[in-house]
Amino acid sequence: MKVKMLSRNPDHYVRETKLDLQRVPRNYDPALHPFEVPREYTRALNAVKLERVFAKPFLTSLDGHRDGVNCMAKHPKSLSTVLSGACDGEVRIWNLTKRECIRTLQAHEGFVRGMCAHFCGTSFFTVGDDKTVKQWKMDGPEYGEEEEPLHTILGKTVYTGIDHHWKKDIFATCGQQVDIWDEQRTSPICSMTWGLDSISSVKFNPIETNILGSCASDRNIVLYDMRQATPLKKVILDMRTNTLCWNPMEAFIFTAANEDYNLYTFDMRSLDEPVKVHVDHVSAVLDVDYSPTGKEFVSASFDKSIRIFPIDRIHSREVYHTKRMQHVISVKWTSDSKYILCGSDEMNIRLWKANASEKLGVLTSREKAALNYNQKLKEKFKYHPQISRIARHRHLPKTIYSQIKEQRIMKEARQRKEMNRIKHSKPGSIPFVPEKKKHIVAVVK
Amino acid sequence: MEAAPKPGSGARVKAQGKKQKPRRYWEGETDGASSLSSNSFTTPAPPRGTKRKGEDLLQPRGAKVPKRSKQIQALKSNQNQKHLRSKQNQNHLRLKKDLRPNHKQELRPSGTLSGAQDPFPGPAPVSENAVNKFRRGSSKFVKKHHLKLVTEHKLKAAADEEEETSVRAARAELLLSEEPGFLEGEDGEDTATIRQSDIVEAVDISSAAKHFDLNLYQFGPYRLNYSRTGRHLALGGRRGHVATFDWITKKLMCEINVMEAVRDIRFLHSETLFAVAQKRWLHVYDNQGIELHCVRRCDRITRLEFLPFHFLLATASETGFLTYLDVSVGKIVASLTARAGRLDVMTQNPHNAVIHLGHSNGTVSLWCPAMKEPLVKILCHRGGVRAVAVDSSGTYMATSGLDHQVKIFDLRGKYQPLTSRALPQGAGHLAFSQRGLLAGGMGDVVNIWRGQGQGSFPSFDQPYLTHRLRGHVHGLQFCPFEDVLGAGHSRGFTSILVPGAGEPNFDGLQSNPYRSRKQRQEWEVKALMEKIPAELIDLDPRNLGEIDVISLEQKKKERIERLGFDPEAKALFQPKQKKKGRSSAANLVKRKTKVKDQEHREKVRQSLQQHQEQQQKKKKKLRTPPSPGSRPSALDRFKR
Repeated sequence: MKVKMLSRNPDHYVRETKLDLQRVPRNYDPALHPFEVPREYTRALNAVKLERVFAKPFLTSLDGHRDGVNCMAKHPKSLSTVLSGACDGEVRIWNLTKRECIRTLQAHEGFVRGMCAHFCGTSFFTVGDDKTVKQWKMDGPEYGEEEEPLHTILGKTVYTGIDHHWKKDIFATCGQQVDIWDEQRTSPICSMTWGLDSISSVKFNPIETNILGSCASDRNIVLYDMRQATPLKKVILDMRTNTLCWNPMEAFIFTAANEDYNLYTFDMRSLDEPVKVHVDHVSAVLDVDYSPTGKEFVSASFDKSIRIFPIDRIHSREVYHTKRMQHVISVKWTSDSKYILCGSDEMNIRLWKANASEKLGVLTSREKAALNYNQKLKEKFKYHPQISRIARHRHLPKTIYSQIKEQRIMKEARQRKEMNRIKHSKPGSIPFVPEKKKHIVAVVK
Repeated sequence: MEAAPKPGSGARVKAQGKKQKPRRYWEGETDGASSLSSNSFTTPAPPRGTKRKGEDLLQPRGAKVPKRSKQIQALKSNQNQKHLRSKQNQNHLRLKKDLRPNHKQELRPSGTLSGAQDPFPGPAPVSENAVNKFRRGSSKFVKKHHLKLVTEHKLKAAADEEEETSVRAARAELLLSEEPGFLEGEDGEDTATIRQSDIVEAVDISSAAKHFDLNLYQFGPYRLNYSRTGRHLALGGRRGHVATFDWITKKLMCEINVMEAVRDIRFLHSETLFAVAQKRWLHVYDNQGIELHCVRRCDRITRLEFLPFHFLLATASETGFLTYLDVSVGKIVASLTARAGRLDVMTQNPHNAVIHLGHSNGTVSLWCPAMKEPLVKILCHRGGVRAVAVDSSGTYMATSGLDHQVKIFDLRGKYQPLTSRALPQGAGHLAFSQRGLLAGGMGDVVNIWRGQGQGSFPSFDQPYLTHRLRGHVHGLQFCPFEDVLGAGHSRGFTSILVPGAGEPNFDGLQSNPYRSRKQRQEWEVKALMEKIPAELIDLDPRNLGEIDVISLEQKKKERIERLGFDPEAKALFQPKQKKKGRSSAANLVKRKTKVKDQEHREKVRQSLQQHQEQQQKKKKKLRTPPSPGSRPSALDRFKR
């Protein structure tokens, strides 16, 4: 007879001293781990609930401005510095880690309409209602020195926006026309117009650095190439576009924030149809900024909320609002892609987490592993009705909630009417226009 | 008679018997020739290697060896076979991914800078069988119907990932430290004739201590339950004696007399709580014997069953109710009436948490808390069902009835009997072990049957072991992760050694027999966090991960209704306009009909093929004789 019994030596399974780690032998045999799918499902459910529990995106509010915050600019070299300009002509520079204002200067009389930083971070430019473009040193004045701009250019008309070239000492302003300036000169290198209306914003392409985009109040978006004297092409939309922002990763893509509550992501090469129409806002969209990853963008709206959209989604993945936040005029996504800044009417700049439930600070490796595991589980079970319901749920202010409802009803009515029209008229006489194309009036080259 | 060597000594033998020392990098090319001659086994030269393989294959079989060194030889042959297997794997079963680096190795001119070569190039080979154990069924991506390209890519990536994890898990099996137990007789010796005393003599002291007898003649007969880690044992005597103890160290946790009849006893999720079915009500005690709860909504309970992942205590009552009690919140989840009189045969399917009830009319019904009706009803016996047991993989169900039959059913869909056997007395109690051994208690005799290989059902031709107890069996359970069968009987409790019953390698995070108090507490929190909702109990627990086809179809239908047309339907064929008068009306019609006919022909071909396949299946069915388990019935002639 030959016999062997299971006989374990406890020394192999129990730690020797209290200072040791516990010994945990693993066996991944599926027979020892029954109910794999239901247990994972339960874990995913817990993970998604915890995500909602921990979704506390609001970090801080930077107060100090004495009027609405009209524009903001990121520091190109320092993550902790941000600049803001208010409607009373005051510019403040903030330190985000200390959450305090480090410098205040009265830049203009009337609004500060636009501001941008020089790409090397030594100076910044502001434009204001007093028809001036001013260049300022980033560092404060020395002891005994007076707070004075480095240069001041007095123009003929009001400038409404400014943006700096990403590599050269060139900047562009907009107002009645788009002017391109050399930093050393007091008159523009060239100025371009197409139409007669006032242009609200101009932006340089961060990759194809010679390309500019601008949007004007005659409902069009115009693209320029700095190397030639005339504009490239323009697209006319249903309503006015407030601002646009170029995708920092994909050279051809830009997103335009429109008055008709939507955002339009365009491919520069074919403007006759937007790549995506992003809906969800219930009032005019005032500002938009891309995340440095180029995968998402944030938009600020007149409906007192900001929303985060993935570039390939129609609907937003996140909405931020607080009771005290009024119409949000400007928004910026920080260069480390972790935070969002928004400046609003009621004189505050708010700092939000880009990922609402993210834990700030250093994570231990076990925490990281657990987060990754939970992330994967959420992804795996995201189509289950229970889980998608919890993941989708957001609390909204009553005004926005009821407006969404109202607009849904209106949209349905429009669709019904269109369907009825098609149904009751001669086949083919009413062409079917897809939703994407509905908002494009014309493309001009 | 010899005991098998312990793992340590086995390793020593291995080291001796091994002649396949790989050539190290410091053994340069010059002495490579000599080493090549001495251990040609490992050198990659294929013809010599294959030749040697053949020799190895022949040697252990043909050679007669003296008895003393037989084991060593056996071990050696084992090794050789193992090695042979791994070589074969290298040649044939090496997975596709593994092939690539090997190929690269061959292309490289002459190894590294030092001239050394990797003796084991590429990733370690794994056998297909080992990987199969870890596959979840759908790891090969098969395109069944038209999919979007993105979806297809995603599915393919997921399948690839799963395959990779299975391979990795199979590789990690090498790290498992324990081997399962076994019992082999001498040539022609029947293992059933081996007595417990023989086994106790042969095995080491700590294993021998696992065989013991508790003489408790006053309060018997006894029901028993092992905790999920296999460390603790609860005993409940009919006349009120309740005790729990750590049965390995024999340390008593509590011992009380509830002064009432005890029908059944069961540990809840950990050893700190246990439920006792008493004369009137269900009581819950803690590990000190303090009564925590008296659940009056569960009355006259005959059998208890605990579903550990759902934290449900299933109770079967004399009044015919099957009640699910959620022990984490103390609520009754469902109370189902089986409408079949007194329920006193109950077991759970550990694979899917479905409860099996045996009835006096010979049927076994399967229940889940979400349904008011049984999921399945199986007619198993002529006469009442006495005992039911389900194996740990949820594949086989063993039943015994008043007709003295013991049967094994396949639970994978058809619920057909696989094998059956009439026993002189019939078995009153049945229990499956983790590795698929079946124990049956008949009067005061316990028989244990074994299957032919891993994963097969036990065959009733010959018992693997038998043991006669001092009293009549009243409860049977295999101890998890140990080679021990516990039997409660009218005169106490006996712990029987059954080599090869328990799973040798436990998972430390799942059920760890050696866990400390802190570890148990941590585990408890985790387990409660991932308590599976009761409504997810289903015949196939994997259903939750599959696509919900029904609601998908419903959605599609609704969408078509809403839109007024099917957006995914194939557009009608519209012939292209051609120039030079070739687009006459007749020509257009001709082209249209051509396409139409082609489609039609395709459809006809497919339906014909289906028809033929069906017919072939029918023929096969007719040809196959009726399953061996069932005798031909007189009523068969009326079958259509």
